[in-house]
Amino acid sequence: MPSIKQNPATQRLPDFRNLGVMLRLLLGVNLLALAAALVQATGFNQWLSFYIEMAAFVQPQLLLCMLLLALLRNLLWRLPYLAGSLLLVGFVVLQALLFVDFWRFMGFIEGGAQSLLRAGILAAACAAFMLGYFRLRADALSPALVEARLQALTARIRPHFLFNSLNAVLSLIRAEPKRAEHALEELAELFRALMRDNRELVPLSDEIALCRQYLDLEKLRLGERLNVEWDIADMPGDAMVPSLMLQPLLENAVYHGIEPASEPGTIRVSFVRQGDELVVALSNPCQSGVVHHVGNRMALANIRERLALHYDLEARLEVKESNGIHHVQMVLPCRK
Amino acid sequence: MKPPALKVLIVDDEAPARTRLRVLLGDIAAELPTVVVGEASNGVEALALMEGDSSVRPDVLLVDIRMPQMDGIELAQHLASFEQAPSVIFATAYDSYAVQAFELNAVDYLLKPVRTQRLLTALGKLPSRPPPAEMLRSLQPEGRTHLSCHERGRLLLIPVAEVLYLKADLKYVMARTREREYLLDESLTHLETEFAERFIRLHRSVLVAREAIAGFERNTAEEADTHWLALVRDLPERLPVSRRQWPLVKSYARQLST
Repeated sequence: MPSIKQNPATQRLPDFRNLGVMLRLLLGVNLLALAAALVQATGFNQWLSFYIEMAAFVQPQLLLCMLLLALLRNLLWRLPYLAGSLLLVGFVVLQALLFVDFWRFMGFIEGGAQSLLRAGILAAACAAFMLGYFRLRADALSPALVEARLQALTARIRPHFLFNSLNAVLSLIRAEPKRAEHALEELAELFRALMRDNRELVPLSDEIALCRQYLDLEKLRLGERLNVEWDIADMPGDAMVPSLMLQPLLENAVYHGIEPASEPGTIRVSFVRQGDELVVALSNPCQSGVVHHVGNRMALANIRERLALHYDLEARLEVKESNGIHHVQMVLPCRK
Repeated sequence: MKPPALKVLIVDDEAPARTRLRVLLGDIAAELPTVVVGEASNGVEALALMEGDSSVRPDVLLVDIRMPQMDGIELAQHLASFEQAPSVIFATAYDSYAVQAFELNAVDYLLKPVRTQRLLTALGKLPSRPPPAEMLRSLQPEGRTHLSCHERGRLLLIPVAEVLYLKADLKYVMARTREREYLLDESLTHLETEFAERFIRLHRSVLVAREAIAGFERNTAEEADTHWLALVRDLPERLPVSRRQWPLVKSYARQLST
């Protein structure tokens, strides 16, 4: 499975099954229709009526075309980029011709061979324009650039956590050597995970195991103050998720929700599968009156950007605060 | 004759970190005898401990910076107001901002995990002066969480959130909470800059908590030098609003009502 959905290593046509690509197609073609209507019209009322007239013609074609492209995606991907593009444009033109012919046959519109030709040229122009747009967009997000950005964005553990954990382990060595040994092993595992190539997707169960190791270490120094409730009954353990996506959220929860509190606090994590989506919800108490730290916002912005690079528009991260509880909800496409 | 053992108070919110310091102090006992007079898990606890038990009069406090309720930076500010202020040595795992300020001001600090030798050096040359107040304030952009008041040899801590208004009176500043009044040994100007978010100035000598303003009424008294009085939530008294501050206060009140 490629880690970067929109632009795999080699140049190829866009992923027509991706929600973001579909949305851009819908918007792009309709904007073109709007522009075309404006060119024809002499006033604003006319502009709108022209557009509506055109939409009746464009919309069914566009939807049908998107459906077919989604179905034929894998076939198109197997062809070289140029051949694929030409095939796609030819396909769109053919579809437009058939459509106009059918419309003519039904008596909705009139016109001879010239109207056919006009429809064909417009369809070709439209398809070429959208292809060009996707090409430019893919170049802007070129694989190398995206890889570099992902690399830079990959979660970094706060140095604060590292040094405090080492300090806690040191305090254990004389009194409880066994526990110290165990803690060092966990620290090693955690850092192995942090230092490997984190651009790939990993099974959710691995990510959770990593998070448990992290929380064990935090528990070592925070003791009773830190409680964690996991709700993993409904969790698809084999779903693939970007690595180190959950751990920074937990680290945030500990840093901003548990450490500054004098009372013990509970972090709740739940995983729910809703259709094709995996919903990860995390909540922690938050200190009233404490302004949100820049660090927190940066960590969230970082995760948001990584989600966007992995999934485009198909993933979201929402944060809200109510009754002294800080909620974070992350929705990912559930892929295996 | 052996010098008396140095009395140390350990303040850290993490139990393992406190244990570790205790162990290290034991290790250096041969070179530098110390006695741990207490442990506290935050600033408020440390002050309560020193207040409650006269045997807990530490010569030096080993203080973690990041702690709940009252952090180490604020604790040091309250300690500075003691007549015989004990020395403070900060310990932190990682706090680039604070460490930079310490370096600039030649304030000694320990990095966690603390090394035995480093601890020995730090305790060997204890600072004679408390850390500069200005630096401490700059490390606390949101201001302290408590104000301190020395009353008949006792230290009282007043949570800033409970203070309704502050009034300057000759040499002292009076802080009023719902329950009672406290005399502070601070200047109103300093308090105004430190808690600019929380308090608004009504008069040359009065700051009121923004959320404590219940309303305004016209001053009907004869020969009054102010036209308006502010009503304070939960209290019967009226506070004068000076002519100079009125436009500012009024625009703030408008913001609130919209």
